[in-house]
Amino acid sequence: MSDEQHVLSILVEDRPGVLSRIAGLFSGRGFNIESLCVANAAQEGISRITLVTWADSVIIEQIIKQLHKLINVVKVNDLTEAPAVFREMALIKVSAKPEFRAEILRIVDIFRCKVVDVSAEHYTVEVTGDQGKIAALLDLLKPMGIKEVARTGITALSRENKNGH
Amino acid sequence: MLESEGVDSIFGYPGGVLIGLYDELEKSDIRHYLVRHEQGAVHAADGYARVSGKVGVCLVTSGPGATNTVTGIASAYCDSIPMVVLTGQVPTGLIGNDAFQEVDIVGITRPCTKHNYLVKDVNELADTIREAFHIARSGRPGPVLIDLPKDVLAAVTNFKEPKGPVAMRSYNPTVKPNIKQLTKVIKELLKAKRPLIVAGGGIISSHSSQALTDFARKLQIPVTTTLMGLGAFPGSDPLSLGMLGMHGTYRANMSTGDCDVMLGVGVRFDDRVTGKTDTFASQARIIHVDIDPTSIRKNVPVAIPVVGDCKATLDMLNELLAEENLGDIPEKREPWLGRIAQWKAAQRLAYDQKDVIKPQYVVERLCAITEGKAIISTEVGQNQMWAAQYYNFDRPDHFITSGGLGVMGFGLPAAIGAQVAAPNELVVDIAGDGSIQMNIQELGTAMQHKLPVKVVILNNGYLGMVRQWQELFFGKRYCATNMETQPDFVKLAEAYGATGLRATKPEEVDAVLRKGLAAEGPVIMDFVVEREECVYPMVPAGAAITEMLLV
Ligand SMILES: Cc1ncc(C[n+]2csc(CCOP(=O)(O)OP(=O)(O)O)c2C)c(N)n1
Ligand SMILES: [Mg+2]
Repeated sequence: MSDEQHVLSILVEDRPGVLSRIAGLFSGRGFNIESLCVANAAQEGISRITLVTWADSVIIEQIIKQLHKLINVVKVNDLTEAPAVFREMALIKVSAKPEFRAEILRIVDIFRCKVVDVSAEHYTVEVTGDQGKIAALLDLLKPMGIKEVARTGITALSRENKNGH
Repeated sequence: MLESEGVDSIFGYPGGVLIGLYDELEKSDIRHYLVRHEQGAVHAADGYARVSGKVGVCLVTSGPGATNTVTGIASAYCDSIPMVVLTGQVPTGLIGNDAFQEVDIVGITRPCTKHNYLVKDVNELADTIREAFHIARSGRPGPVLIDLPKDVLAAVTNFKEPKGPVAMRSYNPTVKPNIKQLTKVIKELLKAKRPLIVAGGGIISSHSSQALTDFARKLQIPVTTTLMGLGAFPGSDPLSLGMLGMHGTYRANMSTGDCDVMLGVGVRFDDRVTGKTDTFASQARIIHVDIDPTSIRKNVPVAIPVVGDCKATLDMLNELLAEENLGDIPEKREPWLGRIAQWKAAQRLAYDQKDVIKPQYVVERLCAITEGKAIISTEVGQNQMWAAQYYNFDRPDHFITSGGLGVMGFGLPAAIGAQVAAPNELVVDIAGDGSIQMNIQELGTAMQHKLPVKVVILNNGYLGMVRQWQELFFGKRYCATNMETQPDFVKLAEAYGATGLRATKPEEVDAVLRKGLAAEGPVIMDFVVEREECVYPMVPAGAAITEMLLV
């Protein structure tokens, strides 16, 4: 059985220690966390955690069951199986030597991202998209010299059924 | 508040942050049992919970009082014992300051409790306690810890008794199984030629041993139990195969290899039960019933999973069976039961009693003299396995052992808790000489509270189970397992004001047992046994469960 990437969307009660319960579950049982993204959900007192992990089918079944077992976890969805939208945001600080500036701005334009901070030597670029888009942008900017990257990790929502059912 | 949760007994130990609470406790109707070490309080609450069927309760102080409970909590978590542990904490204003006797007990116990709380506001106290008891006793039971800062304990609030059932949006265990799955289960079992039931601690905690017994008898399916499941099915029933696993009976382990359908109920198929998992029950389609979905498909592949309470499930299965014609079952079952009978005849549990006392003989005599009716707790090691093999358990709730975690020092405090729950029953701790020294101080608790527990030490002067592995797998190099240096247990008992007795020859065994069991108050009986006796059968760790070392 081979490992596959799974994006889990977890609704939890917004209580102290919830995140460490989840992190502790993964470390204690030897599951891995590739990325983790946490913020308030639509309902009062509920947070949504989007967690990306790699696992085979037996392990992912255990992970989901174990998450359900935590008292503060309200709901767990594996978005890998359902139609869903996935997005990640990254801030990329790239060195902006005069001879590269035009090129960087051209790339920024093509990728429909934004320069959010400018200094004498750097541009900070904000990009949102799926993982493929961010990887492609990083590839293109690499030759100019990437100083720092901050990524949010994937966040995701399942798609509504188009037929309205 | 605690009284309204049905609490009548608490096991505890005071300290700085708890003095005020103890002052209040004194005025209530709750009986408090003062232990000698906080680990003892947790094991006692464990034993109490198993015998009474209620939630066990402990109360300990902050810092070291709290950390001393961790082993006991971890054991109760592994064995799914309903328990609420109340720990004192430094005042809320000091939390996080490394204050005197401050420890993050909620952080420490997160992975070994079913859930835990730090209460920061006295107005949340009542609801938290109610929720904690609800979580501890429902679903798959387990320990819940509540950390109570000193100022929260001292604060006065307008106490409104919460009413109605506890409703939690994030916690709703599935009790009633899916009926579609159950019809599949019945079909599968009716088709089976060589069915086998593996019953675990879930049968005991859901009080379903009668339902299980009816079901197995109607379908004439042989039953083996795990260590935690001993007593779930009457040991003297012809369909009983005894315990399975690393030290299981020959016929039980052989049956797992040959069965074509295995029904596991209230078991988690841990490695001591399955041996090497890829060869476990390799001819069988496995049906697995458990209230905890994480237990299913964790260790073994399952053909028909059923999530539900064992009692609810077995009751429904029995109802479904009522509609079936079972007339041909006895005839259909003959070849399978015949094969099992052959295994039984080929390899029985046995030992050879010559001029040195055999530990098995002591347990067998204890069983005979008590007519199999005593509540038995155990320590851990060979003593535990001999107790499991040679005491006969015909009913649930009278075998109390640290099954999942295997905590040496569990037996005596657990016996104390059991005695509190059943004041009129005979409670015996079957102990090893090593284990008993881990919580021997609880003899003081038994004396103070007049709890007449009896301790039977199978004294081999060794950490016997470890020595057995050294004998079998490490060329008899007995490193760090010789424990000949030990107190005189008879004098030790006497030092506590208890009765101490000793047997050194086989012919003394009965007399010491009779005298000790009849004596008033706590008693230690020290049986000087064959030093290098081994527990057989034995499946080496990691081997297939059918590959047993026999005597
Ligand atoms: C707290 C703890 N420490 C260590 C062990 C490992 N261990 C398992 S059995 C055993 C030997 C127990 O010796 P004794 O109580 O004399 O029992 P015997 O096996 O001799 O009957 C040890 C050290 C354990 N189970 N628990
Ligand atoms: Mg010993």
